[in-house]
Amino acid sequence: MGLKLTLQNHPEVPLEAEVISPDRLDGLKPAEAGALTVQHGNQEAVLGDFFRIEAQDADELRVAGDLSRVKLVGAGMSRGRIVIEGDVGMHLGAVMSGGEILVEGKAGDWVGPEMRGGRITIKGDAGHAVGSAYRGSQIGMRGGEIIVRGRAGNEVGNTMRGGLIAIGGDCGDFAGVNMLAGTIVVLGALGIRSGAGMKRGSIVAMGCTEPLPTFTHACRYQPSYLRLYLLHLRRLGMPVEDRQLDGLYDRWSGDSIELNRGELLVYQG
Amino acid sequence: MKLQQTEIVDTFAEAFGMWAARIVITADSAKWALAAARSMTGFATSVIGCKCEAGIERELPAEETPDRRPGISVLLFAMDAEGLGKRLVERIGQCVMTCPTTACFNGLETEKRVSVGGKLRFFGDGHQIAKRLDGQRYWRVPVMDGEFLVADRFGVQPAVGGGNLLILGRDRSSVLAATEAAAAAMRQVPGVILPFPDGVVRSGSKVGSRYKALIASTNDAYCPSLRGAVAESQVPEDVACVLEIVIDGLDLKAVENAMRCGLEAAADAGVAQVSAGNYGGNLGQFHIKLKDLVA
Repeated sequence: MGLKLTLQNHPEVPLEAEVISPDRLDGLKPAEAGALTVQHGNQEAVLGDFFRIEAQDADELRVAGDLSRVKLVGAGMSRGRIVIEGDVGMHLGAVMSGGEILVEGKAGDWVGPEMRGGRITIKGDAGHAVGSAYRGSQIGMRGGEIIVRGRAGNEVGNTMRGGLIAIGGDCGDFAGVNMLAGTIVVLGALGIRSGAGMKRGSIVAMGCTEPLPTFTHACRYQPSYLRLYLLHLRRLGMPVEDRQLDGLYDRWSGDSIELNRGELLVYQG
Repeated sequence: MKLQQTEIVDTFAEAFGMWAARIVITADSAKWALAAARSMTGFATSVIGCKCEAGIERELPAEETPDRRPGISVLLFAMDAEGLGKRLVERIGQCVMTCPTTACFNGLETEKRVSVGGKLRFFGDGHQIAKRLDGQRYWRVPVMDGEFLVADRFGVQPAVGGGNLLILGRDRSSVLAATEAAAAAMRQVPGVILPFPDGVVRSGSKVGSRYKALIASTNDAYCPSLRGAVAESQVPEDVACVLEIVIDGLDLKAVENAMRCGLEAAADAGVAQVSAGNYGGNLGQFHIKLKDLVA
């Protein structure tokens, strides 16, 4: 049996609610959950000040309402499932290591920063810095999957070292900046300066502006592994077309100011 | 006992414990997947001389393969897991990686796994790339037509090797036709392979030899030409040809099912006798009685 949280009192300033996580709420009664501490601006408050909390039959945590000012939902979670029936604020699933988060609406900046495992699915758009490292960190996302069915902002996968980020639409500038490893698939177009400073890893896109001059064109070919990734994304509901499965991709190697072991694969038809 | 007009000899096939792996080979076309599979399963008839036994399990339509390309499922057997791992590296490296457009995936989910792509990756000379998707690790090895994609580890499991049928008849053409029919029926059983040429072996062997260097020699008891020369000949007077089908399977049930199908097909073809090879029950841990198969 899980809990259902419905936002009743909209926070006037951002509400930091990392307690909204299966790791913290599993096994609690609604009253116990409502007494957990949250941070409302510079004031301490309790979860029950903002949410109506009820028990439900489904073995998952459901959160309803406009949570665009609620930060850190699912932060650090390692198991279970959260379904957010609406939009959600920044730092969703920060440093999570397992479990699944599904957002029916759109998400703010910093989805899955420094994520270790599990899966985050955003049905709408996401903000900047999806799957990125926090400022000053040496390593960003290390594992797991972030699936954004809509668009995403700048710096997708900043300093990423593992896992998969997929964006259904276009993404902003600096995708894969300083990337160490891992895979970013953008089913729309990349912004400018994608892969800047990347050492290793793969950035795949269906469209792209001219790559940075520190990237070298290698060839136009069919990367065998890409079929596995695109088929996986199709199973997850992403709009992968047959022509993308069977198509040719330009391979650019870079970034030559670093190891030059990264790759930018751009669909050519 | 008789099955139709065919005598089913009251004996048993003596089978052995082995280790098996399933390899899924895909390619841009069925033709090239088959080319890789044929190469990989070549010279893999018997562990005695080839260190492993291998065969094509079945062709896979594109919708059944991991990358949705046409594929072939291959089963490879060896006497132990370590040896199986070595054979996988050798054969995938020399026969699949070399074949245009192919990729190679693990086809068995088992607890025990052996490193294959993790060793073949070094062919990439530092340019290889690891990818992890859905809990599985793969290696992308750059090759001259693009890249060779191979699973990092392959599942291996205990299996059964050496199930067999001996098909006896009055002449070579009728026995060959009956054996072909039996082999065709047995290939329909999932989880088995028939490692000899097109499933059939004529040089059945016994353990040992008068020559010290040989660990096996011709199965003189079933050589029709030696019926008057060896005391223990098992060849009836009206029999001039004996052919054998050897079966390796992922488990005992699969081997038994294949033997049952083969036995019935041979009887349908009207051969004189169906028997099985054994070593007196002293070597193999699985004794598959022919009478139990047709009961």
